[in-house]
Amino acid sequence: MAGELIKLTAAELAAKIASGEVTAVEATEAHLARIGAVDEKINAFLHVDREGALAQAREVDAKRERGEKLGPLAGVPLALKDLFTTEGVPTTAGSKILEGWIPPYDATVTKRLKDADVVILGKTNMDEFAMGSSTENSAYGPTANPWDLTRIPGGSGGGSAASLAAHMAPLAIGTDTGGSIRQPAAVTGTVGVKPTYGGVSRYGMIAFSSSLDQGGPCARTVLDAALLHSVIAGYDEKDSTSIAQPVPDIVEAARNGSAQGMRVGVVKEFRGEGYQAGVMQRFDESVELLRELGAEIVELSCPSFTKALAAYYLIAPSECSSNLARFDAMRYGLRTGDDGTHSAEEVTALTREEGFGPEVKRRIMLGTYALSSGYYDAYYGSAQKVRTLITRDFEKAFEQVDVVVSPTTPTTAFPIGERVDDPMAMYLADLCTIPSNLAGNSAMSIPCGLAPEDGLPVGLQIIAPAMAEDRLYRVGAAVEAAFQARWGHPLLEEAPSL
Amino acid sequence: MTVTELVSYDEALASYDPVMGLEVHVELGTRTKMFCGCSTELGAEPNSQVCPTCLGLPGALPVVNKVGVESAIRIGLALNCQIADWCRFARKNYFYPDMPKNFQTSQYDEPIAFDGYLDVQLEDGEVFRVEIERAHMEEDTGKSTHVGGATGRIHGASHSLLDYNRAGIPLIEIVTKPIVGAGERAPEVAKAYVAELRELIKALGVSEARMEMGQMRCDVNLSLRPKGTEKFGTRSETKNVNSLRSVERAARFEIQRHAAVLSSGGTIIQETRHFHEDDGSTTSGRAKEEAEDYRYFPEPDLVPVAPSREWVEELRGTLPELPRLRRKRLQEEWGISDHEMQSVLNAGAVDPIVATVDAGAPADQARKWWMGELARRANEDDLELAALPITPEQIARICALVAEGSLNDKLARQTIEGVLAGEGGPDEVVEKRGLKIVSDEGALGTAVDEAIAGNPDIAEKVRGGKVQAAGALVGAVMKATRGQADAARARQMILEKLGVEG
Repeated sequence: MAGELIKLTAAELAAKIASGEVTAVEATEAHLARIGAVDEKINAFLHVDREGALAQAREVDAKRERGEKLGPLAGVPLALKDLFTTEGVPTTAGSKILEGWIPPYDATVTKRLKDADVVILGKTNMDEFAMGSSTENSAYGPTANPWDLTRIPGGSGGGSAASLAAHMAPLAIGTDTGGSIRQPAAVTGTVGVKPTYGGVSRYGMIAFSSSLDQGGPCARTVLDAALLHSVIAGYDEKDSTSIAQPVPDIVEAARNGSAQGMRVGVVKEFRGEGYQAGVMQRFDESVELLRELGAEIVELSCPSFTKALAAYYLIAPSECSSNLARFDAMRYGLRTGDDGTHSAEEVTALTREEGFGPEVKRRIMLGTYALSSGYYDAYYGSAQKVRTLITRDFEKAFEQVDVVVSPTTPTTAFPIGERVDDPMAMYLADLCTIPSNLAGNSAMSIPCGLAPEDGLPVGLQIIAPAMAEDRLYRVGAAVEAAFQARWGHPLLEEAPSL
Repeated sequence: MTVTELVSYDEALASYDPVMGLEVHVELGTRTKMFCGCSTELGAEPNSQVCPTCLGLPGALPVVNKVGVESAIRIGLALNCQIADWCRFARKNYFYPDMPKNFQTSQYDEPIAFDGYLDVQLEDGEVFRVEIERAHMEEDTGKSTHVGGATGRIHGASHSLLDYNRAGIPLIEIVTKPIVGAGERAPEVAKAYVAELRELIKALGVSEARMEMGQMRCDVNLSLRPKGTEKFGTRSETKNVNSLRSVERAARFEIQRHAAVLSSGGTIIQETRHFHEDDGSTTSGRAKEEAEDYRYFPEPDLVPVAPSREWVEELRGTLPELPRLRRKRLQEEWGISDHEMQSVLNAGAVDPIVATVDAGAPADQARKWWMGELARRANEDDLELAALPITPEQIARICALVAEGSLNDKLARQTIEGVLAGEGGPDEVVEKRGLKIVSDEGALGTAVDEAIAGNPDIAEKVRGGKVQAAGALVGAVMKATRGQADAARARQMILEKLGVEG
């Protein structure tokens, strides 16, 4: 019974809970048991909130018994990236500097999940402050990829993606600043969506790069992602950058997948050197599949995309250098050297020295430098201009097509340790995902097969204009259904058992 | 520390021309903070008015206070500024424990208001135009209390206490363009500017602007250049000068100090300086060896502020009469000299007089009482005029009683005394103290007859045509009636009885 429960999609599980066939407590316990059984190997969770999850589940069951109407995901367990504040539950952002911090407030996303009776199992591992593409930058050890425990699960949201792939949760929340939802989804064979910038509130989501950060849904199916997306999306008066517009009907789109008559753009800058042959093979097959599904394929050029990575690595570090300045040991988190012999300034310095990892320090220094007077125009200023050009390239593209597709990542999951000493190689993992963060539009990654050379999952990225997520879900659901018909089962069934 | 021998003020001005820049921070009187919903009430328990946003907790985000923006625009309009149709907040990055995020949300190169001016009137009536560079929105920091040191400053303290109640309170920073051409009157211009700005802020109702409460704080930037030259000298920045008198003194001190350094061949260091109320001097704060790099960049957590032109014009329509123009109008209405008006201003009597007039009193009467009896009492009790326990309405009632002949000046004074002593309103005091004027013709006639009979020599002089001598007889009548007689009527009756034309 429990074994079957963890294989269900969120939609299926929610239906069983709503009908009374399964209780929310049973569903929660099944997933807690799975975490207990396999997470030692994966390290997807930084904190499992067993009591909190069961209390939520009991409340769902009580509501059902009282005959109250349940939301579409009531009682379904979820893994929450440790970047979102949770009142009374530790939140570390994967950093030692926040070790032991118990937030006094819930992020808006946390609150919306609770209000929708989604059961929060715990907090997932991540690259420190969401800076990384492998989850190796976590202060609490790397997360393993359930497809191959010697490989990375992507990052920064490796914990969330791995928890889905290892069936520890049917739903997860991630955040995507340069690809941290989509790249982990791609390399773990799961689904991840970066909503339009402003589509999901950032209130209570610990900031890395404020103008790029965006929380979003992670799941094993397109429909599950849509159900979760609609729970967390929508205007929030606490986030002044959140969009005061109704969210498109994404659940309807996910239920009625179709690529018929869609104009699909293939951008020629998203291929070439650095792209793994097996990844491009699966991508080209996906484009062919779209054509078979009735889509019109349009070749496009977006020349500014080649400068996206460079612009990103000026803007994101600049903003992070300011966002992370608050971690000064004065009000919360780690405090080192407070022994009566050091000044406040020294305590701050010692704490930051101990509490921040090398990648975080690298980006703080990079950003501090890029914002310095005399360099600002050349670095931050130029990067903003590139950002404008990328936005324009997308605008031009979307005059001709409804969605753009690309590989989500240039390669499949690489071995743990391979790129830790080579930041540039690490940064290349986000080559295809970064342009959407810079432009603020919406994008999704769905599985499109295994690369022949290593048998690891490959992701297909679908990009739509801002506030046009319904296109992602409509096309994504169509491709997902067509691939599963071809494979005869969901891709994750091919993952080794743990 | 080297003590600089000051040169005399006149000597300094003989060789040098002062250039000033004034930066004034005004705490807005909004109900909530600039970027969160916390209360701005003063005097609460430390750290009782805080939330994730103003404490800078991880994940918290700011949202702009609309009333704060509205106040900024109204200040900008009142300062004859242009109002940006699109502007952003910026982060000013620097570390300080009382700043929760270690950046201040401020504005940098896109202020909400810019390019304005404020005309200020000096004591002799001369109007000096101070050009305004910009007015921008920002948030206040928390408050540090350094414990255990002798000076209250961080050096030498054993520990510091932090109160974040003030963190996030809206501030408007108003920056002048370099003030040139004021010459020896520079300190006076500085004081007059800050005074005028304070009046303006109060008239707009956006802040109480009480300098002693830190609701308005002034930084005085000053440099000297040799007379006849164009290039500005190196400036010093005297921080947090928090009274009108101090602004004037700080400018004056810095002129003398700069002149002393420059004339002895030294160079001025660009630095911040602290002002000392006790002796009016300034001392070195922290030297700015290199220009501090705040790494400003547009605040990504806030959307741009884009006030529509309709809204700006609507706000323009809500502007009150500017204080200087109002004063000019009142002076004309009251028909008084510049000097008299200045006295009214110095006494803080403008608003009480206006309120008294509004309550029906003639302006000259209102002014007479507020500038005379009441000013004297306020001075004795060391109170603001407005703080005296008597209202403009009560003064107006007393004026009315005088006008209808129920009271004379002397009785009116006694009535005021009674009101101030808490004996009740004017009518009540008159009643209780029995102060009604004696206008009963019979009683007055008797008193007049007695006065004539008791002073035959004087009566004879009056009969002989020396009308002025009647004053002594009036005095006798007044004495007999304990001041309660209508002196004018008494005089009239005396002259009638003595057969003389008045």
